[in-house]
Amino acid sequence: MTMKAVLASTALSLFVGVAAHAQETIDHAKAHEEFEKFRAEMEDSNPAELFALKGQELWHAKRGPKNVSLHETCDLGLGIGKLEGAYVHMPRYFKDADAVMDAERRIVWCMVEKQGFKFEDIAKKPFMGANDTQAPDITNLVTYIAEKSRNMKFAVDLKDPKVREIYEIGKEIVNYRAGPFDFACNTCHGTDGRRIRMQNLPNLAKPEGAAKGVLGWPGYRMTGGVMLTHQWRMNDCFRQQRFPEPKYASDLITALLTYMTANANGVVYKGPGIKR
Amino acid sequence: MKKFYLFALAFVPSLVLAEALADGVIRAKALQIIKRDFMPRGQAGIDRLAEDGVQAICNRTGNKPPQEIAKVLEADQMATIKWPADGKLMGDWKRGEQIAQSGRGFTWSDQPGLPVGGNCYNCHQIGPQELAYGTVGPSLLHFGKLRGYGPDMQKYVFAKIYNAKAFNLCSEMPRFGRIGALTEQQIKDLVALLLDPESPVNK
Repeated sequence: MTMKAVLASTALSLFVGVAAHAQETIDHAKAHEEFEKFRAEMEDSNPAELFALKGQELWHAKRGPKNVSLHETCDLGLGIGKLEGAYVHMPRYFKDADAVMDAERRIVWCMVEKQGFKFEDIAKKPFMGANDTQAPDITNLVTYIAEKSRNMKFAVDLKDPKVREIYEIGKEIVNYRAGPFDFACNTCHGTDGRRIRMQNLPNLAKPEGAAKGVLGWPGYRMTGGVMLTHQWRMNDCFRQQRFPEPKYASDLITALLTYMTANANGVVYKGPGIKR
Repeated sequence: MKKFYLFALAFVPSLVLAEALADGVIRAKALQIIKRDFMPRGQAGIDRLAEDGVQAICNRTGNKPPQEIAKVLEADQMATIKWPADGKLMGDWKRGEQIAQSGRGFTWSDQPGLPVGGNCYNCHQIGPQELAYGTVGPSLLHFGKLRGYGPDMQKYVFAKIYNAKAFNLCSEMPRFGRIGALTEQQIKDLVALLLDPESPVNK
């Protein structure tokens, strides 16, 4: 190797080293600020609308082994075919299922009971992954139904004793500390003004905090370009809590969603959102 | 009038009892749901849902255990701390900074095994150059400068990182040494991050 080649290769490796280092050290504070700027700008042209459109198609199409549409069979609590305001009134008690259900769980229930889909098939991959080109049908459906409650107030009926009970159970679950790190939901979300890194942590016990916890879901996430539901958010919280994985469309998730949505009662829902 | 008092006396305790029972029922149902509605994934098994003694006490007292119980259990936790055989508590603050930055470890999407990050910046302000710090825990900026660099302070920091529950039973901070998240060497490096006069934390 000539002297020149050695120098060149040293320079190159130095350059590569610096470049790699630059890639590793992200200025989190700056990134947070920039993301927030774009996020606010993109609210007018939210990609979530595309998913809602797909959901609209799915809602009206005859599908599944029973070849019926959700529109002609699925009661979201206000009557079959009544979609306006359904999302902000859930979780609610459904007599036909004898259970309190959040919006996503209710739609899954309808897909299974009315259209004949298998629960296991839906639960196998209920959330959109970073490399997916399409969202699961259920995500599109939830986004569509959520869109139909835009500008309406959250109104979970705590006077219904069944709803009240699952609300109280949710309140109990958010305090439950376990796992290797001794974390509960409330380790992060039970006190005002907390942050993990730059991420603000809403206090879900209070109306303002609960509002931050429920607004913007389902949401389009710029990182990864994925559409995600409130069920997904609960799933990923448990991951970060170092807990095992919550079962999809379970009482566990409904309890948490009942707790935080009811705490946000009266807040105006702005429709599917956009997240960093 | 007398009759009324008797009636009230009989009635009040049973009301209180009913309320306490109702609370117990909700809690029992919550635990039942927690037991039923999780599934294992990756390294995160169902066993993680079981409360150990400390968690059980903290969960049942709203993180405010009676002082006598707290003292006994804190002493237990203190006894779990394995002190370095070489007696040295200070490592390398530069490595400590890297450990403090890393938030990986113990989630179902993490590869099992070491090294796990300290997750420190998630909750604490530490070095002056890092602005993306959390506020769940207190600021540790100028830690040594403000509190001193002596051997007692080194012992305190080592023990606190190893097992925060030894000092405050229901502390929100994980027991990093006790659960095997951080090695002895990693904890030494974090001690140095806070207590080496050359560390940016103390500049």
